[in-house]
Amino acid sequence: MLLNTSIESDPAHSGQMIVNLGPSHPATHGTLRIILSLEGENVINAEPEIGYLHRGVEKLGESLSYAQFVPLTDRLNYCSSIMNNVGYALAVEKLLNIQDPPRSRVIRVLVSELARIADHLVCIGINAVDIGAFSSYLYLFHERETIYDLLEMAAGQRLHTSFTRIGGLFRDIPEKEFIPLCNKLLETCPRSIDEMERLLTRNPIWSDRTKDVGAFTVEQAISWGYTGPCLRACGLPHDLRKAQPYLDYETYDFDIPVGTSGDVYDRYLVRTEEMRQSLLIVKECLKRLKEIGQGPVLIENYKVALPPKEKVYSRAESLMHHFKLIMHGIEMPIGEVYSATEAANGELGFYIVSDGNKSPYRIHVRPPCYPIFSSLDEKIKGRLIADVLAELGAMNVIAGELDR
Amino acid sequence: MSVIESINSALPNAITDHHNFRGDLTIVVGANLYPDVVKLIFNEGFQLMVDLTAVDWPQRVPRFDLVIHFQNLVSQERLRVKVPIAEGQTVPSLTSIHKGADWFEREVFDMFGISFDGHPNFKRLMMWGDFDGYPLRKDFPLNGGDSWCNSDIGMPYANSAKSLAE
Repeated sequence: MLLNTSIESDPAHSGQMIVNLGPSHPATHGTLRIILSLEGENVINAEPEIGYLHRGVEKLGESLSYAQFVPLTDRLNYCSSIMNNVGYALAVEKLLNIQDPPRSRVIRVLVSELARIADHLVCIGINAVDIGAFSSYLYLFHERETIYDLLEMAAGQRLHTSFTRIGGLFRDIPEKEFIPLCNKLLETCPRSIDEMERLLTRNPIWSDRTKDVGAFTVEQAISWGYTGPCLRACGLPHDLRKAQPYLDYETYDFDIPVGTSGDVYDRYLVRTEEMRQSLLIVKECLKRLKEIGQGPVLIENYKVALPPKEKVYSRAESLMHHFKLIMHGIEMPIGEVYSATEAANGELGFYIVSDGNKSPYRIHVRPPCYPIFSSLDEKIKGRLIADVLAELGAMNVIAGELDR
Repeated sequence: MSVIESINSALPNAITDHHNFRGDLTIVVGANLYPDVVKLIFNEGFQLMVDLTAVDWPQRVPRFDLVIHFQNLVSQERLRVKVPIAEGQTVPSLTSIHKGADWFEREVFDMFGISFDGHPNFKRLMMWGDFDGYPLRKDFPLNGGDSWCNSDIGMPYANSAKSLAE
C-alpha cells in the first residue's frame, strides 16, 4: 500500500512519520487526500484535505437557468446520480409550489430506490475490496450492472442520467423492456445479497477488520452532523423517507434498519438490510405503475415545463411558451427554500435563494458525506493505518459531492 | 410553545425578524446574540446542525447573510437561522456546540471571506492556501479572473495553433 504514497519524515515531530494517503491512491475513491501522522502503524493524527475535485458547482449554478442545473447535479454523487436529480427537482418544485404528476412520482421513487441499491452495492463491494475480500465485489457488481442497464433504459444514460425535469421527468420508462428486466432483478438481487452475506457476515477476518472500527455514539454522530446509514448504524432510526416523507414515501411499506455501535460492521449490516427494504419498495412501485396505467410524466403547466414538440411545431401558443421558457426561463417567486431528500448516503439538501430571475441568486448543495468525512480524525485517532481504509470505505465518501 | 416564543421569553429582542415561506421557518438574529440563540435552541431540541452557508448581497448593508439550518430530531421541525454579517466582521464559531460546524465554517471563510472566532483549525478548505479572492462573492468573476479563460483576450495559444494549422 505504501508504494503509491509519498513518505517523508517530519523533523518537527521526531519519531512520527507523515504519510500522504492520496490524492491519487486506489483506495481513496476519487481524489481525497489524508495527511496521516504515524507512529509505527498507529495513527496519531489524520487530517483530511479536500478540494481536489472542486468544480465550483454553486458558482456555476448562479449563471445557469434552473433547468440547466440538472446535469450538474448528476456529477455530485455519481454512484447514484438519479437521486440527486430527484432531490434537485423537488427543491425547485417546492420553490414553485407545484407537484409532479402521480405517475412521475412513482417512477421517481422507483429509480431512486434502484440507485440506492446500486450505491450501497458499490459502497459495500469496494469497502470489502479495500480490506482484501475481493469475491463478494464480483457478486455485487453483477447486480449493479443490471441496475445500470435499467437506468440506461429509463434515462438513456448509465451514469449521468439527468432524468428529472422541473415538474416531472424527461420521459416515461419503456415498460416493455424495463419491467421484465426489473422483475429479473427482484429475483436475482436478493440471491446475490445472500451470497455476499454468506461471504462476509460471519467471516472471522471480515469481523476482525470491521468490528469496533470507527465506533461512534449517537451523541457524537449528531454533533458531527451525521445523517443516513452512518447515523442509523449508531442506533438512531432517523430516515427522512419516514420522518419527513416526500414523494408519498409514507404510503410505502418498509422498515428502517438500525445498528448499535456505529462501527464499520454495523454500517455494513445497515446498508445490507436497506438494500432488501429498497427491493420491497421497487416491487411496490412496479405494482403501482400497473394500477396507475399510462399517463403524463411531466406537469402540463407550460409556464414551468416545455410543451411537447408536436405542439411546438403546430401551435402558435405552444411555440410561444417554448420560446419564453428557453429565453427567459421560468417565472420564479422571490424567496428561499431548503429541501432535503434521503439520498443513499444521508440527507442531500438543496438551499435555493431566488430573486425572481432566470437563474438562482444562490444555490447551495448540502452533501451528506461532507460532515461525515470531517469527523475522520476523531474516529481513527490511535487506531492502525489499516483501519483508516476500512473506515474510509464505510463512510462512503464520494469526492464529487464532497468538493462540488 | 413555539421555538420563537421560547427564544423571545429567554432572550428578548434577539429575533429581529422571522418569516415562514413554503413551510421553512426562518428567524433573523444579530451576530452578537447568535451563539446564545444556538445554545438555547440546542436545549429546545434543535440538536442536528444540518447545514451552514452564506449568501452575498453586495448592494446591502450589512453585506452577508450567514444561513444555518437546524433540525429537531424528535419533533422533525426544521429551523433556519439567518445572521446578517458586515464585511470584515468576525463571527463567533459554533464548533464548541456543534463539532460538524468545523468544515462548514472553513468553507464559508474560503468562499466568502467571513472569519470565525474560536475555530480550532481555521484555514481555507477547498481552495489552496494562497488563493486570491473569495469565489462565491458576487464580485468574483465566473471565469476566476483567469486570462486563460477570458474570451475577450482569447486563448494564449490560439494564434500559434492557427499558424500550425496553416
